[in-house]
Amino acid sequence: MVTTATSTKGIGTREREQPIISPLGGRGGGGNGPRGNGGGGGDRPRDDERFRDDRGRLGMWVGLASILMLFTALTSAYIVRAGLSDDWRPLQVPNFLWASTALILASSVTFQMAHRAIKRYEVKTYTRWVTLTGLLGLGFLTTQLLAWRQLVAQGVYLASNPHSSFFYLLTGVHGLHLLGGILGLGYLLARRWNKLASREAIRRRQRAAGVIGLYWHFMDGLWVYLFLLLFLWR
Amino acid sequence: MAEAEAAHGTHAEHAEGVHRHPAPTNFIRKYIFSIDHKVIGIQYLLLAMASVFVGMFLSILMRLNLTWPGTKWPILGTLFPAGAPNGIMQPEFYLSLVTMHGTMMVFFVLTTAPQGGFGNYFLPIQIGADDMAFPTLNMMSFWVTFVGFLVLLSAFFVEGGAPLGGWTAYPTLSAIGKDAGPGQGMGMNLWIISIAIFCAGSLLGALNFITTLLNMRARGMSLMRMPLTCWSWFTTAVLALLAFPVLLAAGILLYLDRNAMTSFFIPGGLVVSDKLLVDHKGGSPILWQHLFWFFGHPEVYIAILPGMGATSHILSTFARKPVFGYRAMVFAMFGIGLLGFFVWGHHMFISGMSPYSGMAFSILTLSIGVPSAIKTFNWIGTLWGGRIRFTSPMLFAIGFVSLFVAGGITGLVLGQTTLDLSMHDTYFVLAHFHLVMGVAAIFGIFAGIYFWFPKMFGRMMNETLGKLHFWVTFVGVYLIFAPMHIMGIVGMPRRYAQFTEYDFLKPLHSLVLLVTIGVIITATIQLVFLFNFFWSIFKGRRAGDNPWEATTLEWSTPSPPPHDNFAGIPPVVHRGAYEFSVPGAARDFIMQTEPEPGEASEIVSTEGSSGNGHNGHKH
Amino acid sequence: MTGRALAVVIWLLTIFCVALFFMGWWFPPSISEHGPAYDQQFLITIIVVGISFVLAQVGLGYMVWRYRDTGRGERALYSHGSNRLEMTWTVITAVIFISLAVLGQRVWASLHFQPAPPGTAQIEVVAQQFQWNFHYPGADKQFGRTDPTLVKDADLNFVGLDASDPLAKDDAVVASLAVPLNRPIELTLRAKDVTHSFWVPPLRFKQDLVPGMNIKVHFTANKPGKYELACAELCGQFHFKMKSYMLVIPGNEYDELVALPQAQFQARMGELLKKYQ
Repeated sequence: MVTTATSTKGIGTREREQPIISPLGGRGGGGNGPRGNGGGGGDRPRDDERFRDDRGRLGMWVGLASILMLFTALTSAYIVRAGLSDDWRPLQVPNFLWASTALILASSVTFQMAHRAIKRYEVKTYTRWVTLTGLLGLGFLTTQLLAWRQLVAQGVYLASNPHSSFFYLLTGVHGLHLLGGILGLGYLLARRWNKLASREAIRRRQRAAGVIGLYWHFMDGLWVYLFLLLFLWR
Repeated sequence: MAEAEAAHGTHAEHAEGVHRHPAPTNFIRKYIFSIDHKVIGIQYLLLAMASVFVGMFLSILMRLNLTWPGTKWPILGTLFPAGAPNGIMQPEFYLSLVTMHGTMMVFFVLTTAPQGGFGNYFLPIQIGADDMAFPTLNMMSFWVTFVGFLVLLSAFFVEGGAPLGGWTAYPTLSAIGKDAGPGQGMGMNLWIISIAIFCAGSLLGALNFITTLLNMRARGMSLMRMPLTCWSWFTTAVLALLAFPVLLAAGILLYLDRNAMTSFFIPGGLVVSDKLLVDHKGGSPILWQHLFWFFGHPEVYIAILPGMGATSHILSTFARKPVFGYRAMVFAMFGIGLLGFFVWGHHMFISGMSPYSGMAFSILTLSIGVPSAIKTFNWIGTLWGGRIRFTSPMLFAIGFVSLFVAGGITGLVLGQTTLDLSMHDTYFVLAHFHLVMGVAAIFGIFAGIYFWFPKMFGRMMNETLGKLHFWVTFVGVYLIFAPMHIMGIVGMPRRYAQFTEYDFLKPLHSLVLLVTIGVIITATIQLVFLFNFFWSIFKGRRAGDNPWEATTLEWSTPSPPPHDNFAGIPPVVHRGAYEFSVPGAARDFIMQTEPEPGEASEIVSTEGSSGNGHNGHKH
Repeated sequence: MTGRALAVVIWLLTIFCVALFFMGWWFPPSISEHGPAYDQQFLITIIVVGISFVLAQVGLGYMVWRYRDTGRGERALYSHGSNRLEMTWTVITAVIFISLAVLGQRVWASLHFQPAPPGTAQIEVVAQQFQWNFHYPGADKQFGRTDPTLVKDADLNFVGLDASDPLAKDDAVVASLAVPLNRPIELTLRAKDVTHSFWVPPLRFKQDLVPGMNIKVHFTANKPGKYELACAELCGQFHFKMKSYMLVIPGNEYDELVALPQAQFQARMGELLKKYQ
């Protein structure tokens, strides 16, 4: 994604500035490292400072793994349930979902623009793109609600048949997660680290944007996946 | 996002050695809504302790009912007027005890104490970090879990009482509401909500553990130098991260089935209490079992792995010997974790699942015995040639090995499809999983408490009381669970409120009585532990920094550790975790922070400040 | 001192556990064709389990006894393990465990992988909360139509039999199970409300009855008598008394019984239940 930013405008945007302590790794496994089963410890002690700034990013990846597991479980339930009985009545794609898809795809692009802007230290542009991303996200949620209304108008409810149950459930759970993403965008706008020197503050914001961006793009991809699952596998 | 807030909000100054969050000064931030992993660890332990005593009390009631069914216990009439009118326990009350005992023990004791408790407290210290990666998230994970516990308890006090479907909550019993039985109404809803909340809390915790371990190890702390405890917490966190979302998904589906008329687990044409259910159609109760056990089997390892880690750690420390086969232990742990995701079907051999998948699951299940056996051999190997010091933690760790063997080995019986035809849902199963994931895991927790208590509270627990606690508990649990195997062979079914109805169960009465006597003795002695624990917090003998002459990082810092664990001086690690009895060394242990003779100058500060005071008292 | 005591306690507990298996509590004698093979597999397994258990506990006790700290200041052995040992015990346990797993599929396969022989007598088992119903097809060997909407426990129509279906005329629904001696029998297992489990301990057989599923199982009983039939899957508050009986009766008695219409069937079943005390 967007980690390997090199600087433009001559300002070092390398993520770490603190001195990298000479790695003790040179000592290769270190004197009496546990040799396990007699094998020499080839493990290299790691310089921790190199990794600390990645904490948020790593944590986000781990968190996304658990979200992925949640949807995997729901997917397996979906597939099993689809194969079970004759009460499965596939829904027609509600028109609004095409709009949803367009909006969320666009929001990933705008977020990418925002991220690029903050990497260039263009705070104003960044704010504008983040706001736009948030609005697109809200637009997505609105079209989702409209799609629900559309189905309700057709008399298709949560309990109507298993496909509709899964439709409401999957879109609902995804929508809740996306709402979390919108709160994350709000956080990006609100949190400015004003007490820090401006360059350091922006570096913080770059990092925060990188982390939230992971989440946002994941939600985007997840939507596309759900859309395909719900309307191709039926 | 909360994650981001925690990541960036509290992540402050870069200068090395400055703690990311200052020590709190007011009571609430210090002891209640604390973001210090040490306080959170103790909070988790206290929650688990509350839960374990409630759960144990419930099990005593269950034994009383089984041994003397229909007896009047006036006190119970007062405590539970609905469940035990006039003091006579009703069958639905018995089953609600079963459910609540299982749920509390599995979720709020075996999942919280070893991981949330010790893991929280000692993972950061053992890898030389100043706190968890996301302290705020850490605090949230505890308080979310706490709320889950309150919601679970509240199920006792709603109309119909607590649910009676057991901790596995199989639909359709759990899905069709209160027509299926008292407690299946509001009580069941609360159960699902509680478990969903618990899942959320556990996921936050797991995320934090994984990130912390991967990202915050001290200089020199390579993966293969980590204590095995850290490996076990890490593996457990990975299992939790992948397993709990599945339970959460299943819980959501079940909740919708109950409250929104969906049909994920409920098939059509059900007639409950002579009433046709017209709202449901086409669901499958087996689907729940697949989802539940996909979570449920890794959950067994979530409960036991930290105990394995602690046992390896403690055995090595008190045998004064490096862990035998460190690498094999790590790989075995991962092997168990990985295989643990592919054996869930052995809970479902006779559930109506395809018999062919039953066969596949059976063979995978017996394969998981291999890494478990490897661990056992390595524990015994660790003791071989040692100079064992029999302290209370060591006794419990040895007890762990004995109980893990006793409980685990019967998996060879239960894992076979054929033998499960008779053994399924009998007391044989009860004996198996109580010994291995219940009692052995609890022994791991006890070993951890006696071992780390001096570090957590700066005082020693009383050794005499500790040993008394061990002897009685160790004999007591064998007395309780060994006879249950026999009951299972004869055919005693689980989850029966009484054994009065069947002739073939009558000859077992003496064993039922024996077990109950074992339970009463074992439960009573736990009060000694409780007393010892709280008395020692205030009155125990003062412990130095390193009372056990151990090697890992937590022993190189004061007891209890300062707010940022290492008083502003991050430790530097020079060797593996278990360097005991190194030939030619001055002492019979070399701490991880001790440099090689040639590089003494580099670490003078670390060593000086912590002053690993080996008070040198032996046992 | 503590070390020796611990070793002795571990050994005593081991003896206690092993002794329990020799106190006379055991399976009820088998009454099914697959029973002896089951018992043999159990015996093999429990011997392997017993030997491993005893070896591990004795070994643990020995280490505890032998390697206690004597206080004489000697150092422990400095060893990080042995690859050869790790390999050895990994291979040995893997071979033993996997062989057990493979052996442990034989009875399972004989029961579940083959369909019942053609012409096998059929009985439908319909479980409901705290009661077993056994639906016999009658002389025509064909089941009458059933429908959940017709279920009315108050009228004793527990399985929802459609009285207007001609095939249902000779069907009988009773509360006990009778199976013919030495002849295969096929049960179709259904549940009306929640999951139950069909279990007759001496039969060495157990199978869940799952709402929404028709699960077919077959076995052959080979010892006449009356056996307790229990529910083995938690099904609600009176799970512990969801009891019935399985009668194993000679083929001619069975043929006679199942040809009877409902009322006489029930009466005859009552007599048989008394006969096989």
